[in-house]
Amino acid sequence: MNSDLIVFLVLSLVAVSTALGMLFSRNAVYSALFLVLNFVTVAVFYLLLGAPFIAMSQITVYAGAIMVLFLFVIMLLGAENLAPSESLPWQKPLAALLSAVLAVEAIYLLFSRASTARSVVSPDASLNTIESLREMAMDLFNHFLLPFEITSILLLVAMVGAIVLTRQDKGEANGSS
Amino acid sequence: MVPVDYYVVLSAVLFSIGTLGVLSRRNPLIIFMSIELMLNAANLAFVAFASVYETFSGQIFVFFVIAVAAAEVAVGLALIVEIFKTKKNINVDEMNSLKG
Amino acid sequence: MHLSETVNTGFYSLAPLLVFAPVVGLLINAIFGQKFSEKVVGTVASLASGTAFVVSVLLAYSVAINHGHAVSVPFAEWIHIGNLELDWTFRVDSLSATMMLVVSGVGTLIHIYAIGYMHEDVRFKHEEGRFARFFVFLNLFIAAMMVLVSGDSYLMLFVGWEGVGLCSFLLIGFWFEMDTLARPSWANSNAAKKAFITNRVGDFGFLMAGFLTFWNFGSFQFDKVFEAAPAIAHNSPGIIVAITLFMLVGVAGKSAQIPLYIWLPDAMAGPTPVSALIHAATMVTAGVYLITRSAPLYTLVPQAQYIVAMVGAATALFAATIAVGQYDIKKVLAYSTISQLGFMVAAVGMGAYVAGMFHLITHAFFKALLFLSAGSVILGMERGHHAHAHHAAHDDHGKGKKKKEEHGHDDHEEVFDPGDMRNMGGLRKTMPVTFWLYMAGTLALAGIVPFAGFWSKDEILLDAKLHYTSVYWQLAIAAFFTAFYMGRQIWMVFFGEARTEVAKHAQESPKVMTVPLMVLAALAVLGGGLNLPFEGFHNLTHWLGYTLGEVEALPLNLGVAGVSTLLALLAIFISWWIYGRNPLKAGQPDPLKKPLGFIFTGMENKWFVDEGYGVLILTPFKKISQFLADVIDWRFWHDFVHDTVIAGTYNWLSEIVLSRYADQKGIDTFFNSWGSFTQWLSGNVRKIQNGFVRSYALSVLLGVVLILGYLILK
Repeated sequence: MNSDLIVFLVLSLVAVSTALGMLFSRNAVYSALFLVLNFVTVAVFYLLLGAPFIAMSQITVYAGAIMVLFLFVIMLLGAENLAPSESLPWQKPLAALLSAVLAVEAIYLLFSRASTARSVVSPDASLNTIESLREMAMDLFNHFLLPFEITSILLLVAMVGAIVLTRQDKGEANGSS
Repeated sequence: MVPVDYYVVLSAVLFSIGTLGVLSRRNPLIIFMSIELMLNAANLAFVAFASVYETFSGQIFVFFVIAVAAAEVAVGLALIVEIFKTKKNINVDEMNSLKG
Repeated sequence: MHLSETVNTGFYSLAPLLVFAPVVGLLINAIFGQKFSEKVVGTVASLASGTAFVVSVLLAYSVAINHGHAVSVPFAEWIHIGNLELDWTFRVDSLSATMMLVVSGVGTLIHIYAIGYMHEDVRFKHEEGRFARFFVFLNLFIAAMMVLVSGDSYLMLFVGWEGVGLCSFLLIGFWFEMDTLARPSWANSNAAKKAFITNRVGDFGFLMAGFLTFWNFGSFQFDKVFEAAPAIAHNSPGIIVAITLFMLVGVAGKSAQIPLYIWLPDAMAGPTPVSALIHAATMVTAGVYLITRSAPLYTLVPQAQYIVAMVGAATALFAATIAVGQYDIKKVLAYSTISQLGFMVAAVGMGAYVAGMFHLITHAFFKALLFLSAGSVILGMERGHHAHAHHAAHDDHGKGKKKKEEHGHDDHEEVFDPGDMRNMGGLRKTMPVTFWLYMAGTLALAGIVPFAGFWSKDEILLDAKLHYTSVYWQLAIAAFFTAFYMGRQIWMVFFGEARTEVAKHAQESPKVMTVPLMVLAALAVLGGGLNLPFEGFHNLTHWLGYTLGEVEALPLNLGVAGVSTLLALLAIFISWWIYGRNPLKAGQPDPLKKPLGFIFTGMENKWFVDEGYGVLILTPFKKISQFLADVIDWRFWHDFVHDTVIAGTYNWLSEIVLSRYADQKGIDTFFNSWGSFTQWLSGNVRKIQNGFVRSYALSVLLGVVLILGYLILK
């Protein structure tokens, strides 16, 4: 039991419990806030794994931007609560069962077939330098330039798509006013 | 010194919780959040392996996943808002026009 | 003829533009033609053709600075199978460059002319949408003709050969569903079909020649064939004779020689620019070009040369006599074209390739000029007709107008033929520009000093005199007739008094038509300068000598020149005596009819050749086809073999054995029960499709779990 392992166990406990909290909250706002906590925990994991850039991206994009968007939409639609009316009685138990089986299967497969028997070495201070970031950037722009550009196009398309979808039609706007 | 398998187990557990959320909740926003959770679980596995194998590729992939997730959320939420506008309701069980 | 690798100056790489500039033009017009205005369409097409002309000039310049080296410009691989390599290669030498210049130069002028001509033609025929289509076809023709003259092998030549044949078909039948001359409405399309089918006969000859060439030489390439030819001629001269004679059949088809010339007069059904471009100046000379190109083969077999020369001379004389008896302004010119082509074929048959090519060039100038001027005359008559008809309609207040609306376009009181010379007369006054242009063309064609036709025709006559006397006399008499019928035409069309109201109201054509004509007229007047029979002026002889080998340049022979000039002047005088002195009155029969009697009837009716072909070939052909269709095919094969034997047996087999027992009892039962089962199953299974997205997602998860389970248990 070294200190790394303790930190890991505590954090995983937080991650799993916030995930479950997200799942079981009646109120969607609570769910969103649980999820934010979960994302932050995962960001800490990233730091432990020596990926500070990804950790920061996680905080800004996920925990920041995306979740705020979620909260906005929840409040905009007033969708905090849904009336409890279950039209599929078998859905929930079956889903729980299958998810559990999935987890068990995945873990079993992992240990029986794909175990790497390697350990994560906790990062030292040398990792959090501009040098490592530069290295990653070099990798990104040398080997993954095309995907990077495609991603930018994707973001543009998504932006346009979101605007087109939510825009009020002119005729409609005139009709309603 | 944490064995990388632990991280992967955590990732699998989070993924399964996400799956359960997608399947059992009827609020599309929560379904969406569950999907984000699943993506995060996958990202975690990526970064863990990247760390073990001392390569940036995994991190870069995660970077792309985050970007794509942002795009997905933007469009997905726009769709939900639009559906709400037409149906005045966002219960996914109301969207059953696929019924055969 | 060695292809020099050292050639590196010049514009040879531009050669593909010869074909692709017109292709681009036609694509633009084919796609956007309906949206463009007529001016734009015409400009695009003319520019495309003009580009080809500029490229031709550059190529000719390149040939000149490289001292006539023939250069092959490889363009595309076509067929590569084993050792067989057929490529699309452009051949640039002095001969092909000459043809390119003629085709694109005359072609461009005719494109420009056609802008004006078609503008009115489509209106007189009430079909304005067809304007763009015309230029698409015209550009396609230029492209195909360029493929023909620039090809490096008999195969590419054949591709172009067929391409121009197709364009000819399309353009003869341009007004395929209408006829303004009270003939059946399909007369124009019949003319197109006649041209195409007659050419098919000729193409058969060309194909046979091609097969024989490939069989014996193993290649279609000009250089390879000509290199191997002397050896083969030495061993088995029969092969070369067969090749050259089969080629002559092809030439007879394309260049309208006896016995396949019959399509060309009918081809006048096409718009006049087409007659000028395709059926006078360029396409019909393809045969002459083919023989000139194959000069190394023909030179080896004098027998074949003799036959070619005789065919040409006979055609020249025969067609010239028919031209005397024609009344349609374009028909006269059509028979004149056949006759002049006969001159060229006779010339190349005698081995006087330069003379033949020279005549080809000058003929392209003055015959294009004549046809286009004739088109101008016809349109002038149409305009007069319209003006006159309008006048009449105005007189009796709307009655005519109403009639016009009821009956559509060409039902004025009577059918009016704007091309009939008997309706003309006195046009000199109403259409002065056209008159002078027509005169230039006429004098050139009649062979009057110093017009272009004189020099080229004289060169042929001189060669004939040196080689075959019989050919010489035939050609000399043909030249006499040429001058006569052209004189007759001039007197009938332009002199005397107007024989109809329409001719009185005829109007001059616009500038866009007359300016190209003036260029052509200048060429018709001065074209002889290309190859004057004086020391130091044998330009064309030297130029073509690069390709054809040095030929002895003949000096002017005063005897020959004198005889032909005297004959021409005599013929013109006689025509004046008959037609000019006492101009034809309206409704009066041709003054030659009485003294010549049945001879003139023969001339008038084209010596009944079409009828003869009808009796000799078409009727037996039809009878055989009918016999084959009715008796062999229908009664024997259809009724007896198919219906009774095969169908009967089959019916029995299928009805009794297969249908009743195998099908209804066996297969039906099986499949019906299978169908019921499927129905029952699907009725139950469709309940799964409950429409809830979540349950679909659940089934996906189920699939994932099962696959993982399989992986674990495997």
